[in-house]
Amino acid sequence: MKELVAMLEIKNLSKALGERPVLRNLSFAVNKGEILAVTGPNGAGKSTLFKCAAGLMKPGGGKIFLDGRPVKRNSPEVKRKIGFLGHEPFLYPSLSAVENLRFYGKLYKVKDLDEKAFELLRKVGLHYFKDMPVRSFSRGMIQRLAIARVLLPEPEILLLDEPHTGLDRDGLALFNGILLEKKAEGAAILLITHDFSQVETLADRALLLKKGKITASMELRNPSGRISVGKWYEEAVNAG
Amino acid sequence: MMELIRDGFVIAGKDLRKEWKTKETISVMLIFSALVVLVFSFAFDPANQTVKTVIPGLVWLITIFSALLGLNRSFASELENGCLNGLRAAPIDPASIYIGKVIANFVLVLFVQMVSIPVLFILFDYRFAGSLLWFLATVFLGTYGLIIIGTFLAALAVNAQNSEMLLPVLLLPLLSPLMIGAVQASAAFAGGENMESAMSWIQLMAGYDLLFTAVCLLLFEYILEDS
Ligand SMILES: Nc1ncnc2c1ncn2[C@@H]1O[C@H](COP(=O)(O)OP(=O)(O)O)[C@@H](O)[C@H]1O
Ligand SMILES: [Mg+2]
Repeated sequence: MKELVAMLEIKNLSKALGERPVLRNLSFAVNKGEILAVTGPNGAGKSTLFKCAAGLMKPGGGKIFLDGRPVKRNSPEVKRKIGFLGHEPFLYPSLSAVENLRFYGKLYKVKDLDEKAFELLRKVGLHYFKDMPVRSFSRGMIQRLAIARVLLPEPEILLLDEPHTGLDRDGLALFNGILLEKKAEGAAILLITHDFSQVETLADRALLLKKGKITASMELRNPSGRISVGKWYEEAVNAG
Repeated sequence: MMELIRDGFVIAGKDLRKEWKTKETISVMLIFSALVVLVFSFAFDPANQTVKTVIPGLVWLITIFSALLGLNRSFASELENGCLNGLRAAPIDPASIYIGKVIANFVLVLFVQMVSIPVLFILFDYRFAGSLLWFLATVFLGTYGLIIIGTFLAALAVNAQNSEMLLPVLLLPLLSPLMIGAVQASAAFAGGENMESAMSWIQLMAGYDLLFTAVCLLLFEYILEDS
């Protein structure tokens, strides 16, 4: 049997910002069709980890593999496969929702762009606001549009940094539905969140990042001897 | 290569569409150039013959300083909502971001020139005696060089504090050879004197433009990288 190749593998990743080491020797892998939740206290280095994986920051040391191949930095083929949702939405305030999507769609060489953009806008519930400038959007609407922007090129790896921020109840349900759909299509999904109930409903596995190191991990898909994520987090954070 | 230019045009198209909707930058540039023309028309008597010789120089004064206004905005506007990171994460050659910004800035400055230069010439009742074609070629070469270098330095300065101050301080010294050539050549081609020596200024400008185009395209990806 052929060995399963991880969609994204990170080996011995280190990163210092200024003088401070932020990531120390991180290693982990995510498979196709897997949702991995990354949790940890503020300032642990979670966002930094995602920025390195998305190519926005240069790793100080270590290697990143995509589909078994080492990632050459700045290679468009690699970037095309990655969907990164950061703290900022990457949207132009003076352009409308659909203009923003069109712009990114062109950069990502999306086929049938208009059709896909409208379908996504409908999916995230912004169909009626498609011609309004993003400047006039509420926080949650911006987050919905940012999610649509990330999904537009159909990435195989999703790096989502606190994606639930600002979403209302409907938005949450909608977004979780989309994630499970992407998972079923075989995407590898990494998710930073502090919401343990979301971790429990969505994730297959959870990692705890503390002071730049992975100090604990938890399987969520084998029910035997399962404790709640909140309890696990509590114990792991306070250990050591 | 085709991809590079196509992505560049997509980015320039986005910038110009934004500008078309808000008119933020172009309005400031136009007001500035109108003020310069107005102030000079009060300061100098348009009937005075010696004043005529400074008009080609005025063209460059308006061009450089209105371009600075646009250049300062060009990358700073991408910081809002982290859009610059959106471009950096996109599957495009970083050089295409540079090309896109160059095209957009060039279009804005050309537009300001198309409005302000004719007004300047008419207001001072300037008799064009030389070669219009070569005059326009000089304006094109000088403006192109200004935008090529200015866009590069704008990207370099954008992450610094006080980037609006840093840009002119870096840009003006680097531009001086080009602008000396531009002022000399445009004066000669407008006045119809010394047109032979102006040709060597044109050659110098073309060489300067080519050199900086190559250097800036090659180095751009390194200035977008952070730590
Ligand atoms: N640009 C920067 N320069 C210096 N230090 C930084 C920078 N960005 C983040 N840091 C530091 O790196 C650490 C990790 O930050 P981050 O990855 O954003 O944490 P998290 O997302 O887990 O809350 C923090 O302690 C923060 O102070
Ligand atoms: Mg964070």
